[in-house]
Amino acid sequence: MSEFEPKIVAFFCNWCTFTAADLAGTSRLSYPPNLKIIRVMCSGMVDPKYVIKAFLNGADGVLIGGCWPGDCHYINGNLKARRRVALLTEVLKQYGIGEERFWLRWIAASEGTMLREVAVQMTAKLKELGPSPLKNMGQMAI
Amino acid sequence: MAEYAKLSFQKGGLNKELAAFFRGLLENGAVDGVLVPMAQNHKWVRLTLVTSASHTAGVDPFAPVAAVSGAKIASSLTSRPSGRTIAMVLRPCEIRAVVELAKLKQVNLDDVLLIGMDCLGRYENTDFVKFQEQGGTSEAFLENALAGKTSGPDFDIVGACKICEFPTAANADLSLCAIGGGNGAVFIEALTEKGGQTLEKSGMKPSEAPAGRNEAVKKLAAARLEARDKKFAEFRAEVNSFEALADKLAGCVNCYNCRVACPVCYCKECVFITDTFRHTGEQFMMWAEQSGMLKMPTDTMFYHLTRLTHMSLFCVGCGQCTSACPNGLDLMPLFRTCAEKTQARFDYQAGRSLEEEQPMAGFATDELIEVTGQVK
Ligand code: SF4
Ligand code: SF4
Ligand code: FES
Repeated sequence: MSEFEPKIVAFFCNWCTFTAADLAGTSRLSYPPNLKIIRVMCSGMVDPKYVIKAFLNGADGVLIGGCWPGDCHYINGNLKARRRVALLTEVLKQYGIGEERFWLRWIAASEGTMLREVAVQMTAKLKELGPSPLKNMGQMAI
Repeated sequence: MAEYAKLSFQKGGLNKELAAFFRGLLENGAVDGVLVPMAQNHKWVRLTLVTSASHTAGVDPFAPVAAVSGAKIASSLTSRPSGRTIAMVLRPCEIRAVVELAKLKQVNLDDVLLIGMDCLGRYENTDFVKFQEQGGTSEAFLENALAGKTSGPDFDIVGACKICEFPTAANADLSLCAIGGGNGAVFIEALTEKGGQTLEKSGMKPSEAPAGRNEAVKKLAAARLEARDKKFAEFRAEVNSFEALADKLAGCVNCYNCRVACPVCYCKECVFITDTFRHTGEQFMMWAEQSGMLKMPTDTMFYHLTRLTHMSLFCVGCGQCTSACPNGLDLMPLFRTCAEKTQARFDYQAGRSLEEEQPMAGFATDELIEVTGQVK
């Protein structure tokens, strides 16, 4: 049987983390292909519904990447994102999706190496955890 | 500040004395209107907006029913305010919801005199009809409930009230106190300066605090808290996975009554009734093909998880969601257990204070470092 390959839905802020992913690419830093990157203008525009929907549709993990505090191009979108992540984590945790599957990380445009590291770490963590508890629920979860 | 006035009544005369108090408020011009539970023509007790002193006879503030959350009515009356003064007689949970709505600018408290009351519980609407048909009165309900008996032959107060640790009103100007007042008396307590002035204006004589009140309130709150924690533990043991949650929600038909009834579901238009969720036929076919079948209507779990995320920070535990569900889903424990966690995360408590900022309304640079675990 082939190894379990987790699916990670990654919402990356256009200005920092997405640029870092670009940089990782142009620097030929290879990182696990488990990330399905969705480019957003700011981590602060990731509606909790996007995250819930990703999990309901079978994501094993969700990663939100934004600019470091102080560097958000919309001044404080990332700080709002952080409160929302804390809130949503409290909700999802009660039914079996905790911090291990739902990450927020600050990754600046120049931090291609850090992007790779986070991708590697998260993929490894999810391999260890196994598939999301929502996965085998199929259409019930929708 | 705690000032009291004693309202003594003969057997069968509680509402008459209360009516005299509200009549006084209207007559002496303390307020232009009173929103108060009132007996309707044949049956039911409903919140009623009374503007004429000669129409106060039917008031029944302690009737064990809350057909609609009074917080929603408070919002209708003040979100586009009349500029006139209204006294609102509301249950403790309704006032806590009012506090949250005021922060959301969906209630305007400028010209409102909030009158709380001791709450010993409410019946489901249909059970209240039975209670009335069987000759039940608020006075008898109070007497029995204070002695620890709330049940009728085949009904009891709703689950939410059994585990509500707030039997008395906070954040009100005045409060109608039934607990610890002894037989044949309720007390009107002034909790704010505005309340004190109103009490003075009403011409009622100040009295001693009801002797047994503090202790009786503490005892009742402690018993309710214990029942709450037991219920929470049971619920969490049962609903500890998404699969168990799906089981709990299996009967849901996405009618969205629960969010209509919820006093703190604050969106003017719920996203679940917008075009975002009017999926195309092609979309449904694609979902069905993923696992070979698709339950309709869809988005049930999505809806409830979203609601938990949106409003559990403000959940006041009123139980209106459970009461509203046409399919008998007991949503209250789901929302309350979740609310306990989300509110604790932000050291917030719904309805505790008008001054506390709602957690999603703010942010700070040096907080919640544990979320990312990163420091520069
Ligand atoms: S979720 Fe239910 S218990 Fe909580 S405030 Fe809304 S209606 Fe009341
Ligand atoms: S009221 Fe009941 S059936 Fe209707 S949406 Fe809420 S839980 Fe579902
Ligand atoms: S612009 Fe990058 S997080 Fe706001």
